[in-house]
Formats: sequence, structure tokens, C-alpha cells
Amino acid sequence: MKIKSQRDFWAGLMFIAVGLGFSYGALEYNFGSSARPGPGYFPFGLGILLAILGGMTLFEALTVETEDGEPIGAVAWKPLLIIIGSVVLFGVLLPITGMVIALPVLVVVSALAGDEFHWGEALAAAAVLTLGSWAVFIWGLNLTIPLWPAFASTGS
Amino acid sequence: MELLDHLILGFGVALTFQNLAWALLGCVLGTAIGVLPGLGPTTTIAMLLPSIYALDATPALIMLAGIYYGAQYGGSTTAILVNLPGEASSVVTAIDGYAMARKGRAGPALAAAGLGSFFAGTVGTLVIAAFAPPLTELAFKFGPAEYFSLMVLGLIGAVVLASGSLIKALCMIILGLLFGQINTDVISGVPRYSFDIPELTDGINFVAIAMGIFGFTEIAANLGRPAEHREVFLKDVHGLWPTKQDFKDAFPAVVRGTALGSILGVLPGGGALLSSFAAYTVEKKMRGRPGEVTFGKGNIRGVAGPESANNAGAQTSFIPMLTLGIPPNAVMALMVGAMTIKGIQPGPQVMTSNPELFWGLIASMWVGNLMLVILNLPLIGIWIKMLTVPYRFLFPAIMVFCGLGLYTLNNNNFDVFIGALFAAIGYAFYKLSCEPAPLLLGFILGPMMEENLRRALLLSRGDWSTFVTRPLSAGLLVASAAMVIVVTLPSIKKKREEAFHEED
Repeated sequence: MKIKSQRDFWAGLMFIAVGLGFSYGALEYNFGSSARPGPGYFPFGLGILLAILGGMTLFEALTVETEDGEPIGAVAWKPLLIIIGSVVLFGVLLPITGMVIALPVLVVVSALAGDEFHWGEALAAAAVLTLGSWAVFIWGLNLTIPLWPAFASTGS
Repeated sequence: MELLDHLILGFGVALTFQNLAWALLGCVLGTAIGVLPGLGPTTTIAMLLPSIYALDATPALIMLAGIYYGAQYGGSTTAILVNLPGEASSVVTAIDGYAMARKGRAGPALAAAGLGSFFAGTVGTLVIAAFAPPLTELAFKFGPAEYFSLMVLGLIGAVVLASGSLIKALCMIILGLLFGQINTDVISGVPRYSFDIPELTDGINFVAIAMGIFGFTEIAANLGRPAEHREVFLKDVHGLWPTKQDFKDAFPAVVRGTALGSILGVLPGGGALLSSFAAYTVEKKMRGRPGEVTFGKGNIRGVAGPESANNAGAQTSFIPMLTLGIPPNAVMALMVGAMTIKGIQPGPQVMTSNPELFWGLIASMWVGNLMLVILNLPLIGIWIKMLTVPYRFLFPAIMVFCGLGLYTLNNNNFDVFIGALFAAIGYAFYKLSCEPAPLLLGFILGPMMEENLRRALLLSRGDWSTFVTRPLSAGLLVASAAMVIVVTLPSIKKKREEAFHEED
């Protein structure tokens, strides 16, 4: 059988898998009865419904003709991984090093994801954004964000 | 005159110095992000949600609302001058607006968009003030079964009117509902899908989903596309004022656009985007005066109609959110979230329990519209300068706002990681052409839907027919079913596809 729409084919499989996954997970919780629905009632039904609709997507992907086969196309790995990586790095660094280090790292690393990268520009942007964030979030809005590295402020 | 009393109360709240200042900030931010392509109101409001912890509820909502309708004004500027929709709802404005700019008539195009939007905003505000109270009263008659059916209607409506595959959009809603199930069950207190991670027992924060998908994924997707270079008419903006003939041509289009937008905005799934598309189609079909410029070649009606419609739609989409607590689009879903953050349970009781907030917000919309006309017409030069800022300076700033915003949700880096996770999930959706907005709607409505479903079933002793034997509930469900059937009819399906293909 030929797949007529790559995108719908994989989307359908994804929905079926996730739907069945949620329904399977719901078996752990009390299902209750219709008169007394338990915590598992709603998610179990939803999961099954998602799997059915996912099946319909899959069916359409295999039967309905499309002009170009709707390919998924190339994944832009470089920007995707850099963007996600920079967020994770920021999450790890912030409680340890504080904003003064974590933010510039976030700016410079994420800037690498662009087509054009210049060290001067990235560092300048990092400085401006860090200072601006301090002014807006810590000084202006009084939010609790660690500013300095944890090891530097342990003494005080 | 009850309406008058309400508006006086509202203006009393909206015209305080503090609220004026927040409205202005919202409008400025809204215009800015509207002008900038690649940054929309959904991302911006998600980014700013953490900062409203420091504000009172009323100024917070006034500011967020300003961002939404401000973006409608700003979006037209980019559409006209760069032929790039600053906002999705300005896609059709670009067709005739840019053609006008090429002929050196960027000024009148901008003026028609700005003044038309102001007219539409004024009417939209009045429509909200007039229709919100009766709808609220109706909502008080609703029991859990009606609420459940209403949410079904809201969710179905949100997808049948949107673009793309219907089944996939339904899947995305259900996926959103399922993500909403990751929490502690309200009735039994059992934590669900938490995998023994303590943070997950409180559920995923919807801001983390919104920032992941609408912030990080957007950036990754934008960077993955080859950069576009387009001709920008920056220096040609002089002589803002339209001619008498322009006024004569544009005014009826503005009135039609406003009427259309006001109606479509209230519908589930409606709002700014749908309104502008519908208005453009209507204007194109209307017979113009003889000797008029043809459509697509710089007809002022093609700018005035859709721009009025999108602003009217943006305003009236507040009606279901304010009166029923049901968001008709992703931005309103975030507004519901914002209200919850401020400890206000969205729903019909908001009007009676927080009248200052309710009427103050409505009045502030008119005030905001007035500010926006001034911001966008005489001060247009500033925004044009903003257009020259390259994306490579913009996206690290978005990253910073999202990163810090995620951390401050719970002063914990857990939400940062959830945001990163949803960036990856969002990219998969993007590659598989799955619209993320319905997911967010489902996620927001999920817990409410489950609670009402279970309460309705408890009341009926497990009898599912309660949803169809209660007349109001049955009516809502029939309406949802009718919508699905109508859009799947072959003839309409084709039309729907055509309508949305004009955007390409």
C-alpha cells in the first residue's frame, strides 16, 4: 500500500499511540461507573476517542490522493536543537549561576541558531538584555529570580 | 439606562491614571509586536503572563487586552508597507494595501486601516456592553450538562472555522484535553499521569505549553526557513490623509467589515482572523462604483473592510470569554488563564462579583482604541523604523523573556524544562501540519469539561441521555453536530479550502 500523505500518516500514528498510551495509563486509576465516574473515566474515554480519530487520519492518509504526497520535508536540526538546548542549559544554569551568567549564555547560544552570527553583536545583545531583564523583572516587578551565583551569596 | 450606568462605572475605572498607563503600555506593546513579523499576540501574552503576578487583576487584563487589539492595528502597517503580514489577520490586507503602497498611496492605505479599525473598535465595545449582560443571564440558567455541551460546541466551532484538516484539528483538541488530565483529580484527590514527579501533580502549567509551542517552536521554525527579502516602502509614507473619494469608497466597506467582524467574533473559533478573511471576500464580491481600481491592484475597500473586520472581531471575541468563561480562540484562552492566575474564576459570575473589572475592561477597550489611532497614524514613523530591526536581534530577546517567564511561574526550573519539551513536541506538530491552537483551547477547557461531565452524570445517576433530554443542552449539541456535518459536505468543503488558500 502506498502512503498518499506522509504528514497525515505519521500524525495519525502519533495520535493512535498517544491515545492508547493515555487509555492504558488510565487503567491504573479507578474507572468508577457512569453514575459515579472515577478519576480514570474521562481520560480513558478520551484516549480511545483520540485513537479512533487518529485511525481515521491514518486511513485518509492511505486513501485520499494528494498532489505532492505531502512530504514532511527536511527537519532544520541545527536551529531546533540549538534553541531547545539553549533553553535546557538556561534551566540548568539559572539556579546555580544566577541570571548574570545564565542569561548571557542563553542569548549567545540561541543566537548561534541564526544564519548570521557575529560575536560582537551577540555579546552586546546579551549585555543589553541582561541589564534590561534585571531592570524590568527584578527591580521593576520584584520577581524572585536568582541574580548572582549561588556559591557567591552563601556567605551573606 | 442600565447600559449607561455600566459604561459610566467602566469609564470611571478605565480613566484612572494607573489603568490608563497600563492600557497605553498594552497598546504600545501590541502595536510593536503587530508590526514585527514573527511575533504575534499569542506568544507575547504568554510571555507577559508571569509579569502580571505583580499587578492587580484589572490593570493586568486591561494591558493584555490592549496587546491583542493593538496587534490588529500594528499588523496592518507591516502588511501595507512590506507585503508581509505582521499578524495572521492582516494577510488579506497585504493584497490591496501593498498594491496601494507601490503606487505611492501608502498614506491613505494606512489611514483607512487606522480609522476603519477605530470605528470598528468603537462599535465592538458597544456590542460587548450591550450583549454581555443578557448572555450572562442566560448562562446562569446553565447546569453542568449545558456547560459540558456548550464547551463541546465551543471546541467544535473553534476547529470547523479554522483552516486545515478537520479530523486532525479534532485530534489536537482531544490531545489538549488529555494533557489537561495530567493533574490531581479534583473529586478523588488521586494524582494522574504524574510518574511520581511531584511538580506534575499540580498539572502542566499552560504558560509552559504556550511558550514552548508559540515561542520556542516558532523561532526554530522561522530560523529553519530561508530568509525572505522583500521590497519595503519605508520612505514613501507622506500625505497620510485620504482624498474625499477615498472616504466615500472606504466608509461603506468599513461599516460592512465592522458588522461582519462583530458577528463572527462572537462565534466559537471566530475572532480577528476569520473576520478579516470573510470581509475581504465580501468586499471583492460587492459591486464598486464604475471606474474603481480593481481588487488586488490597490483598492482602498480591500484595506478598509478587512482591517475594520479584524478589529471588530478581536473585540467581540471577548464576549464568550467574559460572559461564559469559554475562550473562542488561543488568545482568549490565555486571557482565561490570566484571570485564573489573578484568582478570578472565569464565568458568568464575573460580571456581578467583579463589576469594576468587567466594565473597566470593556471601557478600556474604547480608550485603548483611541490611543491606538494616535499611536498608529501621527507616530507611524517610529513603527516604520522598527521594521528595519532584523530577526536575529529579535529572537534572542524572545528567548530571554520566555526563559525568565517560565522560571518565575513557580520560581523553579522545572517549568523551563517543560517549556523545552513542548518546543520539541511543537516542532513535531509543525512538521506534521497539526495546528497547535486547538490543543491550547482543549488544555484550558479540559479540567472544566471533565468536572461538568462528571457532575452532570452524577446528577442523572449515570444516564448519558441527560445531555440530549435537557432542551438547552440538546440544542447546543445539535448545533455542534450540524457544524461538523455542514463543513464535511463536499460542496462546502471545497469552498472552505478555497477560502483558506487565498492566504498562500
